[in-house]
Amino acid sequence: MRHIISILMENEAGALSRVAALFSARGYNIESLTVAPTEDITLSRMTLVTRGSDEIIEQITKQLNKLIDVVKLVNLAEGPHIEREMMLIKVRTSGVGAREEVMRLVEIFRGNIIDVTPATYTIELTGHADKLDAFIVALNKAPILETVRSGVSAISRGTKSLHI
Amino acid sequence: MKLTGAEILTRFLADEGVEYIFGYPGGAVLHIYDALHRQDRLKHILVRHEQAATHAADGYARSTGKPGVVLVTSGPGATNAVTGIATAFMDSIPMVVITGQVPTSLIGNDAFQEVDCVGITRPCVKHNFLVKDVNDLAMVLKKAFYIATTGRPGPVVVDIPKDITAEVAEYKHPKQIEMRSYSPVVKGHPGQIKRAVKMMASAKRPMIYSGGGVILDDASKVLTELGHVLNCPVTNTTMGLGGFPASDRQFLGLLGMHGTYEANMAISNCDVMIAIGARFDDRVTGNIKKFAPKAKIIHVDIDPASISKNVKVHVPIVGGVNNVVKAMLKQLKAEGFKPNEETLGKWWEQIEKWRAKDCLKYNTDGDRIKPQHAVDLVHQITKGDAFVTSDVGQHQMWAAQYYGFDKPRRWINSGGLGTMGFGLPAAMGVQLAHPKAQVACITGEGSIQMNIQELSTCLQHRLPIKIVCLNNGYLGMVRQWQEFFYDNRYSHSYMDSLPDFVKLAEAYGHVGIQVDKPADVEAAIKETFKLKDRLVFLNILTDPEENVYPMVPAGAGLDEMILI
Repeated sequence: MRHIISILMENEAGALSRVAALFSARGYNIESLTVAPTEDITLSRMTLVTRGSDEIIEQITKQLNKLIDVVKLVNLAEGPHIEREMMLIKVRTSGVGAREEVMRLVEIFRGNIIDVTPATYTIELTGHADKLDAFIVALNKAPILETVRSGVSAISRGTKSLHI
Repeated sequence: MKLTGAEILTRFLADEGVEYIFGYPGGAVLHIYDALHRQDRLKHILVRHEQAATHAADGYARSTGKPGVVLVTSGPGATNAVTGIATAFMDSIPMVVITGQVPTSLIGNDAFQEVDCVGITRPCVKHNFLVKDVNDLAMVLKKAFYIATTGRPGPVVVDIPKDITAEVAEYKHPKQIEMRSYSPVVKGHPGQIKRAVKMMASAKRPMIYSGGGVILDDASKVLTELGHVLNCPVTNTTMGLGGFPASDRQFLGLLGMHGTYEANMAISNCDVMIAIGARFDDRVTGNIKKFAPKAKIIHVDIDPASISKNVKVHVPIVGGVNNVVKAMLKQLKAEGFKPNEETLGKWWEQIEKWRAKDCLKYNTDGDRIKPQHAVDLVHQITKGDAFVTSDVGQHQMWAAQYYGFDKPRRWINSGGLGTMGFGLPAAMGVQLAHPKAQVACITGEGSIQMNIQELSTCLQHRLPIKIVCLNNGYLGMVRQWQEFFYDNRYSHSYMDSLPDFVKLAEAYGHVGIQVDKPADVEAAIKETFKLKDRLVFLNILTDPEENVYPMVPAGAGLDEMILI
């Protein structure tokens, strides 16, 4: 099963590599991983998407908690939550009718065209990972030059929050 | 007061109560060695190889409970130390390892003797630090000691660039520390303790299985009391020996791959298992699906990640072993617990039947010295009161099986990582910590050669260790597996061209004794331990094809063991 583990950790050099090393050393999967400092610059927030049985996820959360730099973590998949991912995608638009077609798709998917050249559009799209996948499929006619995805960021619904 | 980084380090270590540093100098730590030269509170033990420094610090830590301290230089100094760090990590031994690093300005430049020490040691430390500002040094060191010695202990590496050791900062010994990201749970959950006690009271065939956690938390006294209150059989892991007195009637010996028949059969048939400070390692469980199939399991461990990692348990209790067992005893008393004599009587009757198999018996008729007999004699002659270190292989198992440990912290071995070359340097740390005590290193001719250079360190520091080398001319455990599972194809397990160990010992300024006849072995061991002030290398030529029994083959259940 897919799990989203949100980690609050000390904003120290090497903290990210400790998490990555833990996953590789113990043979766990990382589907995506994002990290950046929070409003408190001494803390970083990491969002990690992984898959595994309940036993493996239990071990993952225990092993993560054991890392000295980890302050707190929560498995967001255990409760209601919102997840978003951002994608920047550059497509060639030199074909006949391509510019109109792409523009329509961007509108339907509620994205933005953020850079334009005579031959390309660069599009920004935010949403659930599934929506980004769907957009890539929908683009089938316009050749994709480059795709950059941020990985999943997520937060719990309601008043619950991960803070110290 | 203003001090250089090097002075802050030495001052801090002394203020922290450190007695010995095990180390080896080099370019990146020259400022530190100069500061060591200018003080007299810390004693530095110069080893002959950095691996030995870590094992010596480890032996010191295991035998005292205090953290071992290591100081090595950058690059090869640090990489040589890695095996010892990993050894301590696997067995949860508190240790602080100071590694020199190239100057900050050169980090990442492939400078002379540069390695990414923090990167290399990351998977085998509890935590590590790279000090980037001399003003942080004292606090980082405080954190290192705090992390190494609390919770589930372990090694912590502090990597210090050379320029940091020359820069100056204000020093004050930090008395206390708090870390928002690290606060180990030490008290067990009262509700869980109640559940556990209820389960113990309902048991018809209870059993205690305890490990290294009991030794680390100095809990052998309370564990022994718990065993006596429950009047149940007790088995120990290799790391847990001495946690419950071996001479106690309730003690069944080791369990697992080379465990006793009675311990493994009891595990396979008990209905309530109380696992204390043990982690269900594969050498203990054998085939995990066949492990303790009839038991409800209570598991006490300070590390939540050890609980339900390999075996799903019914009552998990996170907490320090000492605290939790004390709370259990209190709860048992409050509930007026009395063991059910009828069901327990039957259980003991069954256990005695298993015990009657006498699975550790061996034959002494032949014309070769039996290694088991040699260990028995060492036990007898040292009155069971020596500190015994070991290396890895058959001799380690024989030492664990035949030297009955009645006290904790007497049995010093690399249980988790299985590091050959551990025994002699570990014995140095033990002997320094206990200068008056008898320290025996039970080893083999393969293992001893992995850190033989430390005979020189032993001479320099006058360490009267007794090396009991069970020399069978084979890498015995490898040979045993090749005999059982590879049709006797002894691929590279034969130790050809061995040195003359007697002459070797003498070359290093020690005493060497060799014995090869069963009739002479007792006298030789007596003589060895009589020479109080000298290191003696006792080379015992033993039966080359003796095997360690019982044995649970890899993948089999504990009740499917090979007896003699």
